[in-house]
Amino acid sequence: MKSESITAFGRQAGTIFVTLFGLLVLTFCIGRMMPVDPVRAIIGEEADQATYQMVAERIGANLPIYQQFFRYVNDLLHGDFGTSIRTGQPVINDILHVMPATIELATFAILFGAGLGVPLGILAAVQRNKPVDHIIRFLTLIGHSMPIFWTGMIGLIIFYAVLDLVGGGGRVSDFYIGLVPDTTGFLLIDSLIAGDWEVFWDAVNHLLLPASILGYSSLAYITRMTRSFMLDQLNQEYITTARVKGLSKRRTIWHHAFANIRVQLVTIVALAYGGLLEGAVLIETVFSWPGFGQYITNNMLIGDMNAVMTCVLLVGIIFIALNLLSDALYKIFDPRTR
Amino acid sequence: MAIHTLNTRDNAMPASLSNPNSSVRRLLAVIRELLGNPSSGFGLIVISILLLTALVAPLLAPYDPNIVNLDNVLQPPNAAHWFGTDELGRDIMSRIIYGSRISLTIITIVSVIVGPVGLLVGTTAGYFGGWYDTVMMRITDIFLSFPSLILSLAFVAALGAGLENAIIAIGLTAWPPIARLARAETLTFRNADYISASRMQGASSLRIILKSIVPMCMPSVLVRITLSMASVILTAAGLGFLGLGAQPPLPEWGAMIAIGRRYMLDNWWLVAFPGGAILLVSLAFNLLGDGLRDALDPKQH
Repeated sequence: MKSESITAFGRQAGTIFVTLFGLLVLTFCIGRMMPVDPVRAIIGEEADQATYQMVAERIGANLPIYQQFFRYVNDLLHGDFGTSIRTGQPVINDILHVMPATIELATFAILFGAGLGVPLGILAAVQRNKPVDHIIRFLTLIGHSMPIFWTGMIGLIIFYAVLDLVGGGGRVSDFYIGLVPDTTGFLLIDSLIAGDWEVFWDAVNHLLLPASILGYSSLAYITRMTRSFMLDQLNQEYITTARVKGLSKRRTIWHHAFANIRVQLVTIVALAYGGLLEGAVLIETVFSWPGFGQYITNNMLIGDMNAVMTCVLLVGIIFIALNLLSDALYKIFDPRTR
Repeated sequence: MAIHTLNTRDNAMPASLSNPNSSVRRLLAVIRELLGNPSSGFGLIVISILLLTALVAPLLAPYDPNIVNLDNVLQPPNAAHWFGTDELGRDIMSRIIYGSRISLTIITIVSVIVGPVGLLVGTTAGYFGGWYDTVMMRITDIFLSFPSLILSLAFVAALGAGLENAIIAIGLTAWPPIARLARAETLTFRNADYISASRMQGASSLRIILKSIVPMCMPSVLVRITLSMASVILTAAGLGFLGLGAQPPLPEWGAMIAIGRRYMLDNWWLVAFPGGAILLVSLAFNLLGDGLRDALDPKQH
């Protein structure tokens, strides 16, 4: 029994190792394919040949490609993710600086998406093929098919330009920028610590629209999955048994069917949370939101190789971790997989 | 007796695919079924309209999509310009009509890359198994672990912005789900009697994969490609919007929205109509894909 689980653990560790290695190869290839001369990017166009040689030697640009890869991995293992050519700062510092804005946005989005998506999915499953189900399915289909950057703009036109209900681009109005000390990077928390309610409400006002539009895309996914999980359960015999023995419909749905899909739901919500990164790239551009998504696109547009490689690596690691987490959740909470 | 039934099963699929009469009849039956359902019928009609629009764009478009008319900039929708004009006085409706050609080009090239590559990787991995399968699936998993837009962004950043590179980047990110699907399908047939029968008759692995396995994977792969076209449209538009896909003055819908963004607060029609076109086409592919699944692949239900 014990050796079996050790073998399983070993296999799992091997898989993770191979996947991470493949990820490194991928980011390295992307970095090397970029039409940017890493040496020129550091020394500028005017530098002479001697300086060029010296810098090339120092950063290893003239080494054979496999040695460059070895250097890259070695640097990463020593926690050196390279220096951003644009800001001159270590890339990892830049990323840590922009991350809170994205986490704030994504967290509100997932609260919206899961808080509304799970009940809607259950409702659709219970009311299967009735008008409510059709309406919910139509809404999720639209959420699935819409270009999110476009929805963001339409939202800005309606709720900001015409109705003037929410704040426009950015995390707060211009005249509030820098008023609250940057303690955690999470603006809502920082303004609470500073006790500045004006900034807090302004920040909430700016967060509402981008977060709900970003959340709508995850709502579509979560609703769809909840509906199909619920239908799987409702079609099973134990539900009929529960109903036959006189349990109320409400009790059957919540205490039996819903109890059985909770693990799957946690998994789905975790994956949807990571998936928000994709929408964030577009939504942050629309709303001038100074987060990770905007950082990644800006660096791609100017071709800052070190920053792009590290961002792609980070996204890959986040997703590998999320997938592992969801596997682990299954194993922990689902007795059948033990 | 057993051998006899094996042979007919072995021949049934390829025969129905190679016989033009019966495949045309099957196609008509599928189309009839798609049109019978309101949602998949809607999808099929929208995509047919897209095809026709792209084909006869010069006849349909009321104006030249690239003619600049500075006396007529930022006109709201009116009788002469149904969708209004943009910041250079170009007719937005004509630009959307010409933009359908770009969308169609993207979809066609991506499917032509993604279908065969996905089928090749998936069927060979499933058929041969062993270390080859492991290596191929590891590679597939690495690609799958990225959200497709971010990976496409990275590839475009590496290759350089532009429509051609955007298409290549989308193609590079869209094959893994198809490879996974083709492999899963292959695993279910690999030990089927008719495969063993043709192997015993001396068919080579290549022949078995091409003649017996690929045709069996086709229905679900087609469904999957149709469904993924919805996200391909969105990714292409997203790349265009971020300035990494099709470049202005090409009337690509995402790029049109990117430019319209500067004027949108006072001139909503610059972004509303191109985005509506993207939504409509993406919705149509989703509906058509769902309908195709019901029509072609009853076993998935």
